[in-house]
Amino acid sequence: MSAGPNTLGEVCIPAKPLMRDDLRFAAERGQREVFCGLTGIIWLHRKIQDAFFLVVGSRTCAHLIQSAAGVMIFAEPRFATAIIDERDLAGLADANEELDRVVTQLLARRPDIKLLFLVGSCPSEVIKLDLSRAALRLSGRFSPQVRVLNYSGSGIETTFTQGEDACLASLVPSLPTQPQGAAANLLVVGALADVVEDQMSTLFTGLGIRNVQFFPPRRSTELPAVGPQTRFLLAQPFLADTARALEERGAKHLPAPFPLGADGSRAWLEAAASAWGVEAALFTRVTQPAYERSQRSLARYREQLCGKRIFFFPDSQLEIPLARFLATELGMQLVEVGTPFLHRAHLAAELGLLPAGTQLVEGQHVENQLDRCHAARPDLVVCGLGLANPLEAQGLTTKWSIELVFTPIQGFNQAADLAELFARPLVRRTRLVA
Amino acid sequence: MQLTVWTYEGPPHVGAMRIATAMRDVHYVLHAPQGDTYADLLFTMIERLPRRPPVTYTTFQARDLGGDTAGLFQRAVQEAYDRFAPKAMLVGASCTAELIQDDPGGLARALKLPIPVVPLELPSYQKKENWGAAETFYQIVRTLASPDAPPPGFKRPAREPGVRASCNILGPTALGFRHRDDIRAVTQILEQLQVDVSVIAPLGATPADLARLGEADFNIVLYPETGFQAAQWLARTFDQPAVKTVPIGLGATREFIAEVAALAGTDPTPALHGAPSHSSWYSHSVDSTYLTGKRVFVFGDATHAIAAARIAAQELGFTVVGLGTYGREFAREVREAAKIYGIEALITDDYLQVEAKVAELQPELVLGTQMERHIAKRLGLPCAVISAPVHVQDFPARYSPQMGFEGANVIFDTWVHPLMMGLEEHLLTMFRGDFEFNDAAPASHLGSTATARPDAQSSAAPAVRVWAPEAEKELGKIPFFVRGKARRNTERFAAERAVDLITVETLYDAKAHYSR
Repeated sequence: MSAGPNTLGEVCIPAKPLMRDDLRFAAERGQREVFCGLTGIIWLHRKIQDAFFLVVGSRTCAHLIQSAAGVMIFAEPRFATAIIDERDLAGLADANEELDRVVTQLLARRPDIKLLFLVGSCPSEVIKLDLSRAALRLSGRFSPQVRVLNYSGSGIETTFTQGEDACLASLVPSLPTQPQGAAANLLVVGALADVVEDQMSTLFTGLGIRNVQFFPPRRSTELPAVGPQTRFLLAQPFLADTARALEERGAKHLPAPFPLGADGSRAWLEAAASAWGVEAALFTRVTQPAYERSQRSLARYREQLCGKRIFFFPDSQLEIPLARFLATELGMQLVEVGTPFLHRAHLAAELGLLPAGTQLVEGQHVENQLDRCHAARPDLVVCGLGLANPLEAQGLTTKWSIELVFTPIQGFNQAADLAELFARPLVRRTRLVA
Repeated sequence: MQLTVWTYEGPPHVGAMRIATAMRDVHYVLHAPQGDTYADLLFTMIERLPRRPPVTYTTFQARDLGGDTAGLFQRAVQEAYDRFAPKAMLVGASCTAELIQDDPGGLARALKLPIPVVPLELPSYQKKENWGAAETFYQIVRTLASPDAPPPGFKRPAREPGVRASCNILGPTALGFRHRDDIRAVTQILEQLQVDVSVIAPLGATPADLARLGEADFNIVLYPETGFQAAQWLARTFDQPAVKTVPIGLGATREFIAEVAALAGTDPTPALHGAPSHSSWYSHSVDSTYLTGKRVFVFGDATHAIAAARIAAQELGFTVVGLGTYGREFAREVREAAKIYGIEALITDDYLQVEAKVAELQPELVLGTQMERHIAKRLGLPCAVISAPVHVQDFPARYSPQMGFEGANVIFDTWVHPLMMGLEEHLLTMFRGDFEFNDAAPASHLGSTATARPDAQSSAAPAVRVWAPEAEKELGKIPFFVRGKARRNTERFAAERAVDLITVETLYDAKAHYSR
């Protein structure tokens, strides 16, 4: 194990969470090696089980989703692309009539669909195809069997996980309004694995917070009500528009770090507990066993990761919470933390916990970033699938960032799984002798 | 607008990337919105290339659209030139950039870079990946080889006596189905024929290599999907004949050898006897008699589909019941080939149509792309993959060509292993009721984890006729791999004769009616 400044003999002292504003911020522009928001369909269509996602776009859009997801594994996935062709562009066919025809064809094939998202793409944005009007028109025709909504997952408007943000924000106006005088409810916002939701529900129940809903729900017929009595916790750091839309409905955001790692998960629960006035003793009684178990499970990974230098390429906006977890709970050293966007308000608690001097970079110039990465020779690089193998071939060790979006990593019980994702590539390097 | 759940081919600029990535010292600057960089992972993850594709994207966003996207493109070209120092550059637009009409070719020309710059016009809303690859290869060949072109009407002089003939190999690309191994197999054959390989392109070629394409005596078009257009231009410009026989399968390999030997003026005998062919002997051996007349469905790119149908019919003794392609550019050739087998070709890029066809034909073996592999799996049919679009499994670590004699051996193994062996099939038919060895149990060679076969009934339309219990029981005695067809034929037979109750007699009447 390398002896970084965090390592004192056998004992690893994690970086101290310093509440100082001495982080180094930089922003850059250039080639962005990131997915567009359409990619979010890959997990959203599994999460909302009666929803269908129809991208209105080009062959590139269709190819992107199937390539990024390797989607041939699904018999017939709940997403498709209405591919715009030259007849639509030349005005030989009326794009709106064509879209209506395609939607009718699709809904005839899939009578199980209750919610249809028309998903805008780069080409549909550029030709200014008005999908919100189309959604209204089609909703009128197919309701009450099918509700039709629209959002943009285009690369010119959204980066990777922002697609989920746009999708959820488009759903917010459909949420029922809380009746007058309703009891306060807690909304957990952001797509999570079902197993994570179930664990969180158990903890909230233990804390006496009974009125808890998850958004998005597993079925579109189970949309949670929202109103001035609603408090919401963000489970994901990339939900700026969704949060704003919820606030417009009267809901109040509970600021918190994100539920990654033992400390992160506890702080996240604490935000809800203090809003609900949960007694400190009860909070400790309910969370302490899970917290301690989580700490125990992290111990072996702390040994493997402490002092290792990590470099993040921008990808999902999860980078800053992940960096905080790796630095403060596992003792890793942050060489550079890239993020496509930095939402300072939602990430305030996270930024406060980062070690002093952390280099944060918003945006991307991939060539310059690769230069910096090569110069720094970090122990571990977190990057997208287009960069990982080329970096491995140059002797660097990488962790594919997309796995961090597709794996249950939130909450106490997943903290060690999350740590393991970072430890595995390093362990693998040490195992391979040829 | 076309409803598309899955697509066999990417957009045409991905075809251009396959050319750029195959070559050395070439860089492609693509005017494209944020997100189009996904295409890099095709090369780094599926083909597992240890380097990034040589592609720079402008990755413009909404905030750029109001401003100077043309300037953004020019800066990207200049930066890519300064950083990567390519010897030639491709410039073009992806689907979205095509709509904003910035003219990448003109913008790049205005920079007056000291290297050849090839502007690509790839209409994304009409064309697809293979067309894009062919067009890109043609354009770059034309740009780089034109300076050394002879005057029009040039006739290639006869080779001096004693000088070895030379050829170019055209068509292999990045992300190609076994291209790496096919080149090795074909190069070995050419060595035996005493023919020098001048240039292999685009895979591994530099711009300087393309500039000297005209030097060779003839061209070999290994993959017409990508190489045909360039070969036609080379034929016109340099009077270079092209070998168009694709050496996939024993028969085609022998024809290929004869054709090359004739052009090179060498003796084909050593090459014809150079490699012992296991596949030919295996196919003649008695245990292969169970292959006779197996009904196969073939679908893929035109080159591989046509070759597979020929091998199936002539080298394995199968019956080709379906043949099709997703590549419209070579639909005519596939239709011609289908006529040989007395069937109508299926030309479609909608996999749901392919699935419906497979379900209807109930073949005993499906030869297709990765998508047909999934279709076959769902329908409980054996399958082998013969064509792109590629999957990470199509880049095996071992040498595994499709072409030449070794390719024929590889194909024999790949196609025959998914089939149930002869004796096993007979035993299943004889002892249908055996508690552990019955047709609901998966074939032994698929291992204990294989899933049981769904009854063909479940994938077909609901039964419209009433079956008498004893007829249903009799139907169960028919081997499962033809049971679905027997059921449908019987029901059709009954429907046509307005028979309301299907009895054992109806079943055998129908069998007699439909038997050849």
